[in-house]
Amino acid sequence: MDTTDTVLLTVLGVLALAGGVLVFVLDSMARVTFALLVSLACSGGVVTLLGLPYLGVVTVLMMVMEMVIMAVFMIAYMMNPAGLMPMSMLHNTRGALAVSAVLFAALTTGIFAVPWPGREGRPPRDSTVQLGTALMEGQMLTMVVLGLVLLSTMVGATVLATQRGRYDRFGDDLDRRPARDPVGGGVGR
Amino acid sequence: MTFELLLVLAAGLFCTGLFGALSQQSIVMIMMGIELMIGGIIVAAAAFWHFLAPAAASGQVVVVAAVVAMAVEMAMGFAVTTALYRSRRVDTADLARDLRG
Amino acid sequence: MVERGPWWTVAAAPLLLAALAALAVAADALLAARGAGRPVTLTAAARPFLALPRALVAGPRRLPAPDLLLWRAGVVTVPVAAVLSTLVIPFGNTVVADPSVGVVWFNAMEVTTWAALWLAGWGPNAAFSLIGGYRFLAQGLAYELPLMFALIAAATGAESLRVGDIAAAQQGLWYAVWMPVAFAAHLAGVLAFSFLGPFAHPAGRDAAGGVLGELSGPDRLLLQAGRWLWLASGAAMAVPLFLGGGAGPGLPAWAWSLVKTLLVLALLVVAARRLPVVRPDRYVELAWVVLVPLTILQVLVPALVVLGR
Repeated sequence: MDTTDTVLLTVLGVLALAGGVLVFVLDSMARVTFALLVSLACSGGVVTLLGLPYLGVVTVLMMVMEMVIMAVFMIAYMMNPAGLMPMSMLHNTRGALAVSAVLFAALTTGIFAVPWPGREGRPPRDSTVQLGTALMEGQMLTMVVLGLVLLSTMVGATVLATQRGRYDRFGDDLDRRPARDPVGGGVGR
Repeated sequence: MTFELLLVLAAGLFCTGLFGALSQQSIVMIMMGIELMIGGIIVAAAAFWHFLAPAAASGQVVVVAAVVAMAVEMAMGFAVTTALYRSRRVDTADLARDLRG
Repeated sequence: MVERGPWWTVAAAPLLLAALAALAVAADALLAARGAGRPVTLTAAARPFLALPRALVAGPRRLPAPDLLLWRAGVVTVPVAAVLSTLVIPFGNTVVADPSVGVVWFNAMEVTTWAALWLAGWGPNAAFSLIGGYRFLAQGLAYELPLMFALIAAATGAESLRVGDIAAAQQGLWYAVWMPVAFAAHLAGVLAFSFLGPFAHPAGRDAAGGVLGELSGPDRLLLQAGRWLWLASGAAMAVPLFLGGGAGPGLPAWAWSLVKTLLVLALLVVAARRLPVVRPDRYVELAWVVLVPLTILQVLVPALVVLGR
């Protein structure tokens, strides 16, 4: 790790923390969402600098899409999306602050108290190949489980979020064609 | 020293997220706190991979699992919020007490 | 073989991209002149550039309570991300940076236009502008997955995420020939992320200009430039991904890259002029019901070829 990397790591680390703190300080929901995006994108940058370019860039890619979708929901559900009216949406701030401060102190103490072992082995020539091989060989079970979890999430989330079923679309006898949909759609189903 | 400082960064992100998840009322804001906590886990896993065991892929697999956890948390969170809001116009955790023991 | 260029390529790549974008704008102006029955001359091609000095000195238009920070961030991000995306695109045998995950880098930069356009719509605190931003998100949900599968198809065929390796793996047969669906999905994606032609709905006239509606002066210029820079960047990326990069008989590699990029760009400009605007609510169903399964099947083809190799 040379000087450039260290400087970049420091800058990204400070930005990630600052973005994280701003999430709970700012009023405007749009700004909150994009503060979180800055924080997570900087985390992705840190991961890239640590020799995992694939995971780092994919994290950035995913976070951008996720945060934009998040912004849409924020604006849809929050009472004060632009932060133009001052209002507080907090509860038990003191307790939460105490819990997280104690946890942070404990973690920091642990980090500096543990005698970390030295580096075992050398980094592979291409960390992306290492990850791909692991997911398709040794960690295949992990990959299968993650895939099933994602599939069930897609189905579960769609079922929870939609209010209309096939009887709403196709009528009581499921024979109405074309279906009655609020939005037309492109392939004429 | 870089290793320890990176872990402190991860701990900082995790605890900031925890504070948010505990103190915010709005379900969407709670989810942002959880995202931040998982972001901390990603940083920690990458640091462990780089500084302790770069020859094994386990650190990378933890990052993948964390990223998947983020996606699942977002999708299910918004689905539950949408279902709640649709049936009762509720968008804060304090008003959704069905599972309170 | 593609190699990293010297330091000055960092400055040359954006200039080349800007030149390609300017050519595309001029060609579009010519097509517009022909369509309107005006004479197709050099003056007609230079017409859009006459607006440059006026845009640079125009006073800003402000609405009550805009979110200036986010607005600016959104507007600036579009051209900046377009320039950053070209860092991994080889020109001939030279590339500015050749990271091992070039394809993912391009995709990540392209996805930032989602955030950027939503911010550009949110910033001015105006309804039509925000509608434009939301339209782009709906469009993004539609075009992104087919585009990702198209990129994955090319990467699978070459067994590498490095753009240079993908170009080098097409000795003999271009991916455009045996992965036509992926190529088409990529071209559609390029038009979509530069929100031009059939995908111009986010800046549609029916919403008073959408994301462009409240922009004026240099800000408007930046966002407009961002569209055409993205078109040029997407066209340039299609060459190493599907058209064999700089490979070709006779001419040097950089010349083949240039010729191929110009041809793809010309195709995109003509398509943008000729195709009608598709509403996102229609395109999203087409994308998810037709294009996603098709592109997944397309990824299966190089996967099987690689397995049997």
